[in-house]
This record gives sequence, C-alpha cells and structure tokens, in this order.
Amino acid sequence: MVTTLIFPRAMSRLDHRASGALSVTARNLAAARHAAYWWVLLSGFVEPLLYLLSIGVGVGRLVGDIALPDGRLVTYAQFVAPAMLAASAMNGALAETTMNFYGKLKFMRIYDATLATPITPMQVSVGELIWAMCRGGVYSAVFLVVMAALDLTTWGWALVALPVTLLVGFAFGALGMGLSTLLRSWQDFDYINVTQFGLFLFSGTFSPPSDFPVPLQILIEVTPLYHGVALLRAITTGSPDWTVLWHVAYLVALAVAGLTMASRRMGVLLLK
Amino acid sequence: MAEDEALIAATALVKQFGDFTAVDGIDVRVRAGEAFGFLGPNGAGKSSTMRMIGCVSRPTGGALRILGLDAAKDGAAIRARLGVCPQQDSLDLELTVLENLTVYARYFNIPRKVARARAMELLDFVQLADRAGDKVEPLSGGMKRRLTIARALVNEPEIVLLDEPTTGLDPQARHLVWERLFRLKQRGVTLVLTTHYMDEAEQLCDRLVVMDAGRIVAEGSPRELIDRHSTREVLEVRFGNDPLDGFADKLDGIGERVEVLPDRILVYTGDGDAAAAQVHGRGLTPSSVLVRRGSLEDVFLQLTGRTLVD
Ligand SMILES: Nc1ncnc2c1ncn2[C@@H]1O[C@H](COP(=O)(O)OP(=O)(O)O)[C@@H](O)[C@H]1O
Ligand SMILES: [Mg+2]
Repeated sequence: MVTTLIFPRAMSRLDHRASGALSVTARNLAAARHAAYWWVLLSGFVEPLLYLLSIGVGVGRLVGDIALPDGRLVTYAQFVAPAMLAASAMNGALAETTMNFYGKLKFMRIYDATLATPITPMQVSVGELIWAMCRGGVYSAVFLVVMAALDLTTWGWALVALPVTLLVGFAFGALGMGLSTLLRSWQDFDYINVTQFGLFLFSGTFSPPSDFPVPLQILIEVTPLYHGVALLRAITTGSPDWTVLWHVAYLVALAVAGLTMASRRMGVLLLK
Repeated sequence: MAEDEALIAATALVKQFGDFTAVDGIDVRVRAGEAFGFLGPNGAGKSSTMRMIGCVSRPTGGALRILGLDAAKDGAAIRARLGVCPQQDSLDLELTVLENLTVYARYFNIPRKVARARAMELLDFVQLADRAGDKVEPLSGGMKRRLTIARALVNEPEIVLLDEPTTGLDPQARHLVWERLFRLKQRGVTLVLTTHYMDEAEQLCDRLVVMDAGRIVAEGSPRELIDRHSTREVLEVRFGNDPLDGFADKLDGIGERVEVLPDRILVYTGDGDAAAAQVHGRGLTPSSVLVRRGSLEDVFLQLTGRTLVD
C-alpha cells in the first residue's frame, strides 16, 4: 500500500507486467479445463506417495533411526519423507515446464501468437512457471497433509514447508524451461529424464550425502535437488538453522538463471 | 508525404538471415485509413517485412517507425495497437473458438467482461457465432482464417496486418474474407496486406508496392501501375501444344509489345479485338483467343520477366 503511494508509476508498471504473465497462466487454465488433464495431474503425486510408503515406512523398519546434521535422531520415514516432498515438487514442475512447455513452444506453436501481442518472452516464462507452481502446489499440499497425518512432521511445520516447496518447484521449473529451449526433438527428453532420476536417487534422498565418498559428496552438494531436500528436511523435522539461507539463495539464483535463459532463448527461437 | 502523416514509415529497411538478404533496403509509407498491399511471388520478402512491422522480428538495418514509435525500442507498445493475422493461422487448438478470442484479449490487458462482449461481437462479424463453443481443429480453412482475423481485431487495433489472408482458400471462402476486409476498410481501419494474387491486390488495395527478391520494383495504385507498366487490354492467344518459340517474329508489330510464355502468347494493346483480327490477318489460326483487361499480373511480368504464381 505504502509503496503504491510512493512509487505509483513503478508499481503500476509492475502490476502491468504481472498481469501480462498471469494472462499466460490463464490460457493454461482455460486449456486444462477441456483436456483429460486432471488425470495426468492425479498420476503425478501418486508416485512419490508410493515411494514414501514402500521405502520410508517399509524399508524404514529395517534401517532404524538416522542422525540429522545437528545430531538429532529421526525415524527413517521422517528422514525420507521431506526428500520425497522435494522430489515431487521437482517432478511436478518439470512435467509442466519440459514436455508441456516444449510442445507449446515447438509443436503447437502457441507462443508465436502470444508474442505478437504486448506480451514479452519473460512474461511467457513467468506465466508458465506460475502455472507449473499451481500444479506443484497441489501435489505438495496433499503430500504434506499425508506427512502430518502419518506423524512425519507437525501441522505447523507442514504449513511452513508449503511455500518452500513452491520455491523448489519454481527453481526446477525455471531450469527445465531453460533447458527445454535447447532441445532439438522429443528424443532429447531422455537426457532430462535420466538426469532427473539420477538426482532423485542421489540428492541425499535415501541416505545422507556424507555416506558417499568425498568426490561424490561434493558433486551431490552442487546439484540442485540436494538443496531442496536439505532445506525441506530442515523444516519438516523442525530443525532449521542458518544453512537454510544458503539453500534458499541457491534455489533463487537457479530460478533467476533458468528464467533468464528461457526468455532469451525464446526470443532467439521465435523473434527471428 | 510528410513524415508525421505516415502510420508506418520504413526507410532503407533491411532483413538478413545469416548472409542471406530477405529484405533489401525498402522504403515504404503507409497512411492512415488506406489499404496498402505488398504484392510479390513466394520468397519476395513479404512475410519478413510484415514480421518486422509486427515487431516480432528485428530489422537488420534501416529505420522503422510505426504509429510514431520506434519499432526497435517500443515493440510492446506498438504491438498493443496492432492486429496481426500471420501467414500461418497460429490458432490455439486446445481452446474453443470463443476462448481463442477471450484468452488473446487478456494479453492486451482487456478486462474479462469487455473481452467476452467484444469476442461475441467479432464472432458475429466473421460469421462464426454459431461455432463459439466448438473446438478449432474441425473448422474449415476459411473459418480458421476468419477466426484469425477476428482475433486480430480483439484489441481494436489502429493497423491490421494481414499476411496472405486468402492463400489456400477456395473461391467462395476467399470472397467471404474479402467482403469482411472490405467492411473493415469502410470503417476506416488501416489495412496492410500481402498477397501473390493480383486480383486480391486489385480488389482490396488503394495503394501497393510490387516486391521481388527483397526489393520494391514499383509503387502506386493498381490503376496507376497498370497504366504505367501494362496496356488497357491484353490479347492472349494459344496454339494448342505447338512450340511457341518462333511466334515472336510472326506476331511482331501487332499491339505495343508481344510476350511469349511457355503456354501462351500475350499481346499488349489498347484494342484487343483489333489485335486479334491482325493475328488472323497474318494467316495464323490460334486454338484459343482471349481479350482481357490489363492486370497487375502483367505489371509484374513486365517488371520482372516472371509470372506471380507459378
Ligand atoms: N527465419 C528464416 N531463416 C532463414 N531464411 C528465411 C527465414 N525467413 C524467411 N527466410 C527466407 O527469406 C526469403 C523471403 O521469405 P519471406 O519473407 O517469407 O517471403 P514471402 O513472404 O514473400 O514469401 C525466402 O527466401 C525465405 O526462405
Ligand atoms: Mg510469406
């Protein structure tokens, strides 16, 4: 409110930009209302839930408790659940911003028409990401309800975790969108899928990175899902410390880099 | 024409793709309220020019001012005031006919209610109101084209760009599109269109430029161009399947000029019937004889030595 009074022009420009991005989001909402999209959406969060139950709860019986970085002991299910949450945020965002985005960019050529209006490539990217967040947000919310119900976190920390899952999704969505602009054909998605699965297995998801040899450990700690997992684990286990700031900064930087790349490349591809 | 009268002012405009020059230094002025055409064969550089005017393609060289703004700097502000009907329809196949308009309207920050009312009005205008709730895919080519035109009008643009509005449509569908475009023109909307159909250019354009290989080879109203570069009438004679090589000499002196094409011979003349009589007078017996008015096709042939549509 105060900012609106002091910087009316700057605010109205920001407002204008945001509403441009939201109009791109609105296009997707309109399209989703027709498609058999809701089934696709449903299948997206069943997978991490199955992992949580089979590995977290099932395998957890065999594994016993695990020590957090601060030394506190948690059950294996409590350890694995936030990692599944982060992976689900990643998968949800990537599903929207890789395959679907690529299809709209190269196959359906939706943005050719969009960019003939005042909408800019950056607004298209942000609008698509907001859409991906709507989808990822639903996944995360449901997953957090299950976690709280199974006593894998408290309702309070679950509430804190929800916006953080959006940040994780935003960062991965932006990255995926940026990479998608580089792909030449549908076959290239295999690279993304393999990478995604590798991240899912090794980002401190099923065991702490310190269990691995040092070189691998360093590799893990520079990849993005690790930061999402560590951040969400600190929150859902109720033990955040100053390192969460580093993880947040990493994810914000990734989001900005991905968005910049996506909009630049979209300009190169479509505004020839 | 004074600079400030022109809605579109291109000066020495160039577009290159790598080291290929698609638009090679063209000068164009489009005035408010006129229907302006780019006539030329495939590959002439019409679409490249239109995309630069639509601010979705950066000029490689020259100056381009649209609605008093610089195309290189104020793209978004210019696009807000343009309506664009690109060569490929680019409709959203995941949306309904109506949604294609309402969703597009949101890109111009048009309030939802206004967008809906305007969309219904426009569907009426392009005679698609009964298809409002349908998917786009099953529409005929002509219907898709009309929907694209409606979409281009959703922001009440000051200039409408139409890249080959009727290419690929059957005659009936073409006439329907022409008729709608003519109404727009009557309302005072500035139309800029490209075409490789000379009849389309003659019907719709107040003024046009003839483009070939990235350059403008002539400029004027259709009538002026025909008067300047063709004759009032043209006599077309055919001689069945006979080779036509030797006929230039045999017809020499008839009319103002004789042009031998692979399948027919054109005699440019003020009086076609008199020329036909002369042909017969020389003892020649064409398999068919046709007298028609001079057209933009003849202008193009005269200027470039080639036909528009091959
Ligand atoms: N994006 C592009 N990259 C490379 N060449 C292009 C591109 N767009 C058009 N061209 C070339 O530029 C020339 C002019 O094309 P265009 O402007 O589409 O002509 P027209 O619309 O008159 O048929 C053609 O030779 C075409 O192949
Ligand atoms: Mg073209």
